[in-house]
Amino acid sequence: MENRALFAGKLLPCLLILPQLAVSLIFFYWPAAQALWQSFLVQDAFGLSTEFVWFENYVNLLQTPEYYQAIAITLIFSALVAFFSLALGLLLAVMANRNIRGIQIYRTFLIVPYAVAPAVASVLFIFMFQPGLGMIARALQRNGIDWNPVLNGTHAMILVVIVAVWNQISYNFLFFLAGLQAIPKSVIEAAAIDGARPMRRFWTIVFPLLSPTTFFLIIVNITYVFFNTLGIIDTATGGGPNGATETLVYKVFQDGKVGTDLGGSGAQSVILMVIVVALTAFQFRYVEKKVHY
Amino acid sequence: MVEHRRFGNLLPHVILLIGVAIVAFPVYLAVIASTHDNAVIANGQMPLYPGSHALETYWNTLVSGTGKTTRQPVGTMMLNSLIMALGIAGGKIAISIISAYAIVFFSFPFRMTAFWTIFITLMLPVEVRIFPTYKITSDLHLLDSYAGLILPLIASATATLLFRQFFMTVPKELVEASKIDGAGPIRFFWDTLLPLSVTNIAALFVILFIYGWNQYLWPLLITTRDDMQTIVIGIKKIIDVKDALTEWQVAMATAVLAMLPPVAVVVLMQRLFVKGLIETEK
Repeated sequence: MENRALFAGKLLPCLLILPQLAVSLIFFYWPAAQALWQSFLVQDAFGLSTEFVWFENYVNLLQTPEYYQAIAITLIFSALVAFFSLALGLLLAVMANRNIRGIQIYRTFLIVPYAVAPAVASVLFIFMFQPGLGMIARALQRNGIDWNPVLNGTHAMILVVIVAVWNQISYNFLFFLAGLQAIPKSVIEAAAIDGARPMRRFWTIVFPLLSPTTFFLIIVNITYVFFNTLGIIDTATGGGPNGATETLVYKVFQDGKVGTDLGGSGAQSVILMVIVVALTAFQFRYVEKKVHY
Repeated sequence: MVEHRRFGNLLPHVILLIGVAIVAFPVYLAVIASTHDNAVIANGQMPLYPGSHALETYWNTLVSGTGKTTRQPVGTMMLNSLIMALGIAGGKIAISIISAYAIVFFSFPFRMTAFWTIFITLMLPVEVRIFPTYKITSDLHLLDSYAGLILPLIASATATLLFRQFFMTVPKELVEASKIDGAGPIRFFWDTLLPLSVTNIAALFVILFIYGWNQYLWPLLITTRDDMQTIVIGIKKIIDVKDALTEWQVAMATAVLAMLPPVAVVVLMQRLFVKGLIETEK
């Protein structure tokens, strides 16, 4: 980083940076360190004595089938949400990138879901999908589908995926639109002169040129599913039925709320931190390189 | 675009209209439901046009409560949400702009260490360190307080990075000119740098206001008193009644009220919103 050092003085800059450093140390580093430390400790049932046990908590965690279930659910959930919200976002962005009238109005409507809190989005969809009362639930039941997200794990998963996709469409739409507008018109015109039809032009030129945006959005969407969907899950399904919608983050939250196994909860937090670091590192690597095929 | 289209631009319009319909329908339904009587909603026969109970429902929801529950009126929750959102947005901007100023325009010991210390917090979202953070907040006696709601969420590497990036583009000559005019670092910050940053601050404010208003996990954990709840977590308690007694018209009115401020901010300040969104992710 270039050092511009345009003003002299040592005390003033230290005072200026102090508030942010203090907040970071108190609310970021200290708790993160505590989670790490706790993950190496075992506490007896009464909280009277603690023992340092190295990696026992991690080993225990990796031996519980529920943990693998949570991993599998997180992966399925992320893949479904990322795929559908990216596909829909891209489709809408491609359509909006044509020179058509009323684009401002479409855009205004399409960005609204971004502003809706995940938990509130969840409430909107519960209202439509509540068996016996919701408009869509009743339509499904009339058509012979025994829709019930409270009892059926697959239905519960479908419900949270729909809410998360809805919530994410705006974001993907805006970034894809920005990416599309950055593609030079001349490249596309050249392909058209060579006789490439619109579909072919999209898959051989536009889509590859969009790959930096797509990569970036895949990571952002996965991060969103990992951390921001907690409000959706907690409101719509509570992780149920039978853990069918319990993601890794939701499991940390649930296990920690009961509060009997601080070591296990610490180990789970540490694993999550490792995942975030990996995702962030991956994002920087690829976004910096501006991937093209 | 390039070639002549036989059907003009019909296809994009159709697809965009379907997209808008899918996106808008849940919101529309919530608005409609908040104007009907609960009995109409509960038997699944709610029409798709507004009913006549809007005033009564919103009055009950916002101010008086409905008498069937002992919960706080939603007005209080909205006030809490507003204080939290403004606190987070204002706090984040204030502490990051001054720390970015220090990092870019000064040279002091451990400057790079400080920069990296802030930068790495990008990788520690509140969700992964939630219970130790809760414990520290409780040790500091900040549970059920606005400070407790706001402080743990205001350290933001993103905002610092954004301001740092912007400050790097400020020409050196500008600093030298103000030095010749006799301005010190504080004067330069107030009179020159801050006015130049107004657009960036506004764009960031829009994004952070939404971020703050929509927080879920943190307020859920650290507020135990009903009068400290924010609207986003209050709404869950309204529909959490596990039987048929959920007052859906109240729940939907609350949802509408919870959406209103952030949606209004996004729609009315669209340009700033898009700028903020795209710049904070760079």
